[in-house]
Amino acid sequence: MRTEILLIILGMALVTFATRFSCVALFQKTGMPAWLERWLKHIPSAVLTALIVPALLLPKGQIDVSLGNHYLLAGIVAAIVAYKSRNIVATLLLGMGTMLALHFV
Amino acid sequence: MNIEKAICKVEPVWSAGEFGQGILASGPILLGVVPFGVTCGIMGLTAGLTGLETVLMSLLVFAGSSQFIAITMLGAGIMSWSALVLTTLLVNLRHLLMGASLAQYIVKQSPIRQVLLSFLLTDEAYALTVSRIYQHGYSAAYHFGVSLSLYFTWALSTLAGVLLGSYIPDPLAFGLDFAMPATFLVLLFPRITDRISLIVVIVSALIAVFGAAYLPGKWYIIAACFGAVLVGGLLEGAKANAH
Repeated sequence: MRTEILLIILGMALVTFATRFSCVALFQKTGMPAWLERWLKHIPSAVLTALIVPALLLPKGQIDVSLGNHYLLAGIVAAIVAYKSRNIVATLLLGMGTMLALHFV
Repeated sequence: MNIEKAICKVEPVWSAGEFGQGILASGPILLGVVPFGVTCGIMGLTAGLTGLETVLMSLLVFAGSSQFIAITMLGAGIMSWSALVLTTLLVNLRHLLMGASLAQYIVKQSPIRQVLLSFLLTDEAYALTVSRIYQHGYSAAYHFGVSLSLYFTWALSTLAGVLLGSYIPDPLAFGLDFAMPATFLVLLFPRITDRISLIVVIVSALIAVFGAAYLPGKWYIIAACFGAVLVGGLLEGAKANAH
């Protein structure tokens, strides 16, 4: 274990924890103000969308709307199953199945 | 007044069942976490870190994307403390938004739980916990179940990557990382209940795609979040005024 690397890891750990804990610490005394709560209401949908859509449209970092993009094709299948069934197992099975099928075509 | 009820609200009773539900709920996402962890372990060695250093990073930092970026920088010979720590801070700034959105529930927990739940906050734990809040309300036990399950899986799969070394050339080539967006789709659809929430999703998708293509690192998540929440908040305000 090199000291230099250990210090880098500790620094990374510290700032990561700071980003995760700062809002909790900030609202410790006062609680979350009502107006802020109203504004934060849409964060979950926004975060989920921001995690899903680029993962399907840009799996390699560039926009890829083609039949060669298995993530997009399997994603469309998964989206339809998710919308119809609201079931994680069904969505994963059919989505992953599509992914595998495309891999071997 | 029902004082007992009020006390229960402040210090919720720990439920082993809800803890187990949290572990189970993280199952599908673990499919995607394992190959990332294994890749992280292998990459750490390739970049010239020791096995111990690589695993320690997963144990202490517990933030996949910033670890990948840091390992890549280290591999490229960048050993500057400030550069690596600043990059990590920027990549993880998105947790500020997620922390803010969960703060109202976390602040009601004991200080030790607050620190632990904050330390364990990731995109995946956030998504699952929020979905649970939407359906049944907040449960710290569930939140811990999800978070700890992700934490130990991440640490153990990094260790597996370090041990396997070069035996698995590219675990991500199997496309198992698809498990994350697929799971999140099931969490997202029930949230789209009216016109405003649909618009929020569309705005977020547009900003995220263009941000992912043109912005460095994980900035697209922050940009999409701000843009979509701004539009959502303004539309809610307009709706309230119209009534």
